[in-house]
Amino acid sequence: VSRESIRDKVAIVGAGCCKFGENWDQSPSDMIVDAAYEAYADAGIDEPQRQIEAVFTGSLYTTKGPLECSDALKLFNVPVTMVSNYCATGTDAFRCGVMSIAAGMYDTVLVVGYDKPKDRGVSGPSVMMDGVRDLPKTPAGWFSFCAATYFAKYGAGREDLARIAVKNHHNGTLAPKSFLKREISVEEALKGRMISWPFGLYDCAAQTDGAAAVVLTRAELAKSFSDAPIMVKGVTLRSGPNPQKDPTNDFLSWKPTGWAAEDVYAQAGITDPAKEIDIAQVHDCFTLTELLSYEDLGFCEKGSAKEHIADGHFELTGDLPVNTDGGLKTFGHPTGATGVRMLYENVTQLRGQAGKRQVKGASTALSHNIGGHPTACAIAIVGLP
Amino acid sequence: MIGITSYGAYIPPTRLALGAIGGRKAKPGGPEKAVAWNDEDAITMAVAAAVACLSGLDRGEVDGLLFASTTHPFREKQAAALIARALDLRRDLRTADHSGSLRAGTAALRAACDAVKAGSSHNVLVIASDCRMGAPGSALEMNVGDGAVAFLVGERDVIASLDDAHTVSDEILDVWRSDGEEFSHSWEDRFVVQEGYTPRIVEAVRGLLEKSGTSADDYARVALYAPEKRSHTSAARALGIREETLQPALFGQLGNTGVAFAPLQLAAALESVSPGDRLLVASYGDGAEALSFSIGDAIEKVGEREGVSANLARRRAVDGYDSYLKARGMSTTEWQGGTDPGLSATIHFRERDDDLSLRGQKCRECGAVQFPAQRVCETCFRKDAFDPIRLSDKTAKVVTYTFDYFFPNPNPPTVVSIVEVEGARVHLQIVDCKPEDVALHMPVEFVFRRIHEVGGRPNYYWKGRPLSTAEAGSAQEASS
Repeated sequence: VSRESIRDKVAIVGAGCCKFGENWDQSPSDMIVDAAYEAYADAGIDEPQRQIEAVFTGSLYTTKGPLECSDALKLFNVPVTMVSNYCATGTDAFRCGVMSIAAGMYDTVLVVGYDKPKDRGVSGPSVMMDGVRDLPKTPAGWFSFCAATYFAKYGAGREDLARIAVKNHHNGTLAPKSFLKREISVEEALKGRMISWPFGLYDCAAQTDGAAAVVLTRAELAKSFSDAPIMVKGVTLRSGPNPQKDPTNDFLSWKPTGWAAEDVYAQAGITDPAKEIDIAQVHDCFTLTELLSYEDLGFCEKGSAKEHIADGHFELTGDLPVNTDGGLKTFGHPTGATGVRMLYENVTQLRGQAGKRQVKGASTALSHNIGGHPTACAIAIVGLP
Repeated sequence: MIGITSYGAYIPPTRLALGAIGGRKAKPGGPEKAVAWNDEDAITMAVAAAVACLSGLDRGEVDGLLFASTTHPFREKQAAALIARALDLRRDLRTADHSGSLRAGTAALRAACDAVKAGSSHNVLVIASDCRMGAPGSALEMNVGDGAVAFLVGERDVIASLDDAHTVSDEILDVWRSDGEEFSHSWEDRFVVQEGYTPRIVEAVRGLLEKSGTSADDYARVALYAPEKRSHTSAARALGIREETLQPALFGQLGNTGVAFAPLQLAAALESVSPGDRLLVASYGDGAEALSFSIGDAIEKVGEREGVSANLARRRAVDGYDSYLKARGMSTTEWQGGTDPGLSATIHFRERDDDLSLRGQKCRECGAVQFPAQRVCETCFRKDAFDPIRLSDKTAKVVTYTFDYFFPNPNPPTVVSIVEVEGARVHLQIVDCKPEDVALHMPVEFVFRRIHEVGGRPNYYWKGRPLSTAEAGSAQEASS
């Protein structure tokens, strides 16, 4: 099996993203149209009904299936596939699109991730009630399971988590389409009301509505769409055991991230991610998730995240800026859209179009989603040609 | 000899100061009552009492289960079968519910003795459990408490053999609860005591004494049901029962626990008797019933049972009347039990070994224990090669934990953990534990509780409870 087979074969030639937030006056269709038509314009596509040959769409909350996307965009007589993979949905939809082109099935496809959680009448995720014994569960409840163990082993604490929230709040103020645009202090973050120890309000991502889209094409055709195509260097997905049942889980990291990282670095030919990745959009559903991901992605040694956070390593001005647009924390987390929104940010950064949050000289960018308990991880690496 | 061969009790550790009822501020150290908390009911208390009763015994020998309660959460659907599943008892089991009357506890106990005597059953588990509610602020609310007691009735190693019994049936509308009502009613207390309780309990006890040719003085302990403290004292006086033999009714500590009230006193008496002693227990409700027992030598071999005194010692003061009202669903709050339309009954049916019996499985190939049951071993990947293993009676230890302020709970946060039991990991709520007392590697035992009311009905599952320091010490010894 050649893990390099996908590198540089597929290009992103258009990217779009609607304004994330509590979009009370927008339907899923409205947001899908905003994101897709921005991506069309970016790719110079003026006849989508003729130029888009297949659609890969992802959403966690929809009950309407792929029709919601095809009907919004009036893309008929084309294959439309809906992907659902918890919070990894967006990157997984992208992966399916990339594979379809690499397989030679299509020249040009559209990937759309979206979700509309704010139509449900609750401010956070629902308490899931899918069975008797699986209760209680809220995402904060299950992602916090690494805290007691990690804190005991490595001596980190709530202040280290708060610094991640402060960073992402700052980055969010610089991203025009982000939901939250407010600087916070470490003290403020620590004072937020408790959700699931050690997660206070400011440790939790902002659940919002949103949609994001990218247009993909074969590398050879990229220049016919865009002057600044971004190449796919690798994309992967890894399943994992339910960490709550896994008898070997040490609750110091989330296994699928390590497995997916190993695979995607092999695809992209990366041997030292700490040096070779220039910017990263990391799944920060909770501050601790971002902290563990620094280590699981090989950005720093296990247990050393605390020191790197203190040094500003992952800030916009640091060596490896993470969540340059505010991340799930402040840009917002419409589940199915998140992975595609991360690609939108990486494309924007690599093209040097990120305005006040622009990271200089970035040529390789990573985006990372984990989903489920978490039971899956998807990673994409994109770069300049 | 036929009679009681083992016993166990469960009293909720949460105690409400009687002085706090109505929202007043209670002085510490005053009278109180035991109250089931939001995840407890007659079923969960019954399971806890039965687990205590069956401790160290072979559950496979139990061939009958009689459950007595006036507060079984289902109008139609047997409680005994549900309890049997939680206890992981054998399938060829005779089960029946005794209900309707506060006398159902002793009625079930007598029926079990009769069944063993007739030879149709050999080891019958009898459980009396009640969780009655008086309307907020009513006199009944001051008097009722919650609790459960379990007895194993058999013919070998009998600790208290049934000598005689006498029952009188009577029709009187003194205490009742109509279909669909949440709170029990009581007619004027003077009527209840003068025309109902006192004459009937006296009639039943005198009938028993006459039948057996004994007098009140022949009994080392006498356990009497009573609606409240004053009538308890006056009935004992009318029967000539000396104060030192009268089993304390536990008013002010436990409260009137309905069908479990006289049986709980009987269990308490068993903690302080010697071979050759005689015991008398009498209950009341639509008539009255008296049973007499002789204590056998086996009382000295039965070992330490988790009985009334151990349960009374485990207490936690409720932090106010409002907290109690919330926990019992009598307060309108923002807290809601969940919005899901309902759980599938077929899923509930398929998962009953997992959810109710807490049965895991052990791989025949690699020995790994996993929960819940699955087809392919998660360690060695062998397919369909497992033996069941009961996890509910094993000690678990905390692998990690969190305090969830988001999960619906009248008193947040909910302590939630991953525990390890026999090598399997289980996602579990921890109860009877303050957040500051949770620690990594802390040993916990399993307790059967309500997990939620999705679908408008109680759904049951297991939770973890920290082992007391002494218990934790012996658990550590056992595992090392």
